Amino acid sequence: MAYMLEGRTGAWEVVVGLEIHAQVISESKLFSGASATYGGAPNAHVSFVDAGFPGMLPVINKECVAQAVRTGLGLKAKINLFSRFDRKNYFYADLPNGYQISQFEHPIVGTGIVEIELQDGTLKQIGITRLHLEQDAGKSMHDQHASKSVIDLNRAGVALMEIVSEPDIRSPEEAGAYLRKIRQIVRYLGTCDGNMEEGSMRADVNVSVRKPGEEFRTRCEIKNVNSVRFVMHAVEAEAMRQIEVWESGGEVVQETRLYDPSKGETRSMRSKEDAHDYRYFPEPDLLPLVLEQSFVDELAAKLPELPDEKRRRFCDDYGIPFYDAGVLVADQATADFYESVAKGRDGKLTANWMSGDFFAAMNRTGKSIENPPVSAADFGALLDLITDKTINGRIAKDVFEEMVETGKAPAAIVEEKGLRQVTDTGAIDAAVTKVLADNQDKVAEYKSGKDKLFGFFVGQVMKAMQGKGNPALVNEAVKKQLDV
Amino acid sequence: MSLDAATVRRIARLARIRVDDTEVETLKSELNAILGYVEQLGEVNVDGVEPLSGGAQMALRSREDFVTDGEIAEKVLANAPDREQNFFAVPKVVE
Amino acid sequence: MSIFDLTIAQASAKLAAKEISAVELTTAYNDAVAALNPRLNAYITTTPELALEQAQAADARIAAGDATALTGIPIAMKDLFCTEGVRTTAASKILEPFIPPYESTVSAKLKAAGAVTLGKANLDEFAMGSSNITSGYGPVENPWKRAEDPDAKLVPGGSSGGSASAVAARIALAATGTDTGGSIRQPAAFTGLAGIKPTYGRCSRFGIVAFASSLDQAGPMARNTEDCAILLNAMSGFDEKDSTSAQREVPDFTKALNRGVKGLKIGIPAEYRLEGTNPEILALWDKGIEWLKAQGAEIVEISLPHTKYGLAVYYIVAPAEASSNLARYDGVRFGKRVDGVDLIDMYERTRAAGFGPEVKRRIMIGTYVLSHGYYDAYYLKAQKVRNLILRDFTQAFEKVDAILTPTAPSAAFGLGEKMDDPVTMYLNDVFTVPASLAGVPAMSVPAGLNAEGLPLGLQVIGKHFDEETVFAVSAAIENAAGFSALPELRAK
Repeated sequence: MAYMLEGRTGAWEVVVGLEIHAQVISESKLFSGASATYGGAPNAHVSFVDAGFPGMLPVINKECVAQAVRTGLGLKAKINLFSRFDRKNYFYADLPNGYQISQFEHPIVGTGIVEIELQDGTLKQIGITRLHLEQDAGKSMHDQHASKSVIDLNRAGVALMEIVSEPDIRSPEEAGAYLRKIRQIVRYLGTCDGNMEEGSMRADVNVSVRKPGEEFRTRCEIKNVNSVRFVMHAVEAEAMRQIEVWESGGEVVQETRLYDPSKGETRSMRSKEDAHDYRYFPEPDLLPLVLEQSFVDELAAKLPELPDEKRRRFCDDYGIPFYDAGVLVADQATADFYESVAKGRDGKLTANWMSGDFFAAMNRTGKSIENPPVSAADFGALLDLITDKTINGRIAKDVFEEMVETGKAPAAIVEEKGLRQVTDTGAIDAAVTKVLADNQDKVAEYKSGKDKLFGFFVGQVMKAMQGKGNPALVNEAVKKQLDV
Repeated sequence: MSLDAATVRRIARLARIRVDDTEVETLKSELNAILGYVEQLGEVNVDGVEPLSGGAQMALRSREDFVTDGEIAEKVLANAPDREQNFFAVPKVVE
Repeated sequence: MSIFDLTIAQASAKLAAKEISAVELTTAYNDAVAALNPRLNAYITTTPELALEQAQAADARIAAGDATALTGIPIAMKDLFCTEGVRTTAASKILEPFIPPYESTVSAKLKAAGAVTLGKANLDEFAMGSSNITSGYGPVENPWKRAEDPDAKLVPGGSSGGSASAVAARIALAATGTDTGGSIRQPAAFTGLAGIKPTYGRCSRFGIVAFASSLDQAGPMARNTEDCAILLNAMSGFDEKDSTSAQREVPDFTKALNRGVKGLKIGIPAEYRLEGTNPEILALWDKGIEWLKAQGAEIVEISLPHTKYGLAVYYIVAPAEASSNLARYDGVRFGKRVDGVDLIDMYERTRAAGFGPEVKRRIMIGTYVLSHGYYDAYYLKAQKVRNLILRDFTQAFEKVDAILTPTAPSAAFGLGEKMDDPVTMYLNDVFTVPASLAGVPAMSVPAGLNAEGLPLGLQVIGKHFDEETVFAVSAAIENAAGFSALPELRAK
């Protein structure tokens, strides 16, 4: 059902487009040989080029170009073999040249498509308008000194990809899902680490509202929102604000706003009030970027399997539900872990165990998929013990906990503790007989129609057998003896 | 097209150059003289002509992704009119 | 014969033969600079001690037998080339305190060849000008004087006016220049020197304070074509730090000097016979045509129909690029700052105080033509016409090997003349700008004196990366012209 906001004058539709700035993973900066590594002492990762010294010139980093192309391919987008860099001119203390080298008219990547999944399982396609390469600015800090702002240029010149979506997003949930999806894709591709806390991914959110069926109304741009949750909140807060403006007879003015998470509202950015006229023009220090199709083809051939494809393949290869597959492909490492365990085993059993006990243990112990609570090999060995009926599922849970705690191999734990499943029907029958004899009153109740007691008898038998009874055989034996 | 004083002020603001009233008048007439001169381009037929933006007629060369520069904070800051430790310093900005 | 009469080639031979030492040569020049620069103002910064150190190193190198043709040759460096540890101002007050912590590629190459730098030559502020009067460090005087009016101070042309004046007055043996729309060629013509703007991409722009990136090119200014060839040999070459630097072999330009012009087709563009051009200039041009014809060249009438729009294109493109290139002078990381109440006020005050009127004008024009709503009408249109100008040259060069034109529409003019409005001054570049827009090499070579006794130059324009033909034709004109006049005001 479509997301609508109720105002005094009726329902309003929210229209959202995102501009995601994703920092390219590379060793050095887009146009200089200084390190692109996050952090560092103030102005340590700065060359004269980054600091905009007289006579300094940009030379483009091949890897950054490749990363942009990979990302474009991951977004199923058109790769433009001809692209060009432009200067975007504006003055700011952390913009050393007084212009940012960006791509305005001819971006390296054109239109593409991204599929998002909503809570209710609905799939929706969001159009990508373009992706272009540009330089990051430095960092101004306003709270380090009483009367001055101070500037660190370590970020200045680091390569960014700006990924621009069509205004296809219609709810905070879709905005969040889209941002997560882009993050998932770039992480799979290894083109951006998607770390929003460090600012290596951030979004400018364009929001407008309209009555259903109307043309688009004026939008506002909320700058630099740095978490999925904030993007979702910002969309809602800004939409509510705009509805209030329209409904009280006002007019929404196109402007740049900031989201204040502490207040949960957006506010106008006064420093940007000075209307910008960026005076874009082709960067004369660079020539057009002309790519060979073969360069693109080589990158395409080496592209990793992307989450959507992997998810479908997991469904096909391992027979698991679409939803479960979605959980497992959330990130590349999880998917790889799953696949290394599931290969040659029961994919469904593997998936259930991973989504259940495995993730629970991971969360509980504060470990990660890269440093898992049990190794893929031990985890697989445990599943093998279940499949070949050495242990039953109930015991397997105990074994798993023991594995997490001690790091021992499952077979060793089973042997040590004598947890092998009992399949000797004689022993099972004897245990059943004893339980029924000890609980004659309950047997009578059962026989008079209280079917639910069946589970009680099974439980008692398993308990008597320290949980090691083969559940199917125990069931069978209880049934046989009760039904005589 | 002819510039008025308000436009001169707007351009000066965009270019971040402070101008006083007498300068505005001088600049207005000088800039209009230049714009008047370049107006002759109006008579050139450029239908179907691609813009030529660069001086060089070749493809862009790229460099390998190695760290070859940086770690020269002292040199980078040596010419700074104002600094606080290893930061550049400017009048406080209120956002 | 005085030590100052030696050309680079001659001085180099004497240094090699140990008839003179680099220290002697440099000391002579240092003394000449000290004596004449206070009057000429050709240098903004002089570095006599540094020069002497370099001369000592040059002597050691000569003694060790690994000298180049430039080892021990004292030159002036246009103060647009960043020089490590030596103040670089671009003749702007905004860079008054700037000491670059790095060296431009071209100056580094000259240093590596053993050339001695006497100091940083004056220029128009940020190379914006045709007379050197826009320098933030005072105008430069041309050592040449009108025969009838020897007291009138004349301009040396611009923007490389300090370089031109220094070489003409022999307070430098040669100099580097940069040329964006004629800034090497026009001052060379005004001071009786040879000067070449090579093909765009031939010399690295790394470390040269940028004026208009798509036009700026470094080049040499010297007493004759041979010295220019020796210098250009050292200044040229691929530089991975400049994305517009050409990745191609650099020929030995000195070898082209004696090729002669026999069989070469020389184009004479009809459109350069501009209405109102000084008849003396036209007469000299005709003389040049005759000289080349006499040496076996074939003269071909050609048409460069769009060159007449060159200046208009130039005065959109160059200021547009400059407005952006000069945005970095904001008082934050280097240069002068004027305090303000807030960041924007600081920017506006810094730039108002730091830039001179011509630079402000060009930044304003450039900002305007790029601004919203005007881009297509001005900048985009200019770029399209620029392409037509390039096309004119490409088509002409299908028919001819080189093109001969005058360098400038007049001889050196007086300080204070042509100041009525900016456009009058801009017209100085009318003959030089088209080659800059097309990126082709062009050289000015002294060809004669006007009635007032002032030097005039002819311009030879060649194909992209065919500086060799430009040198061959220029040397042929040089030989025929036999230009040997000297300004009275000079080191003797």
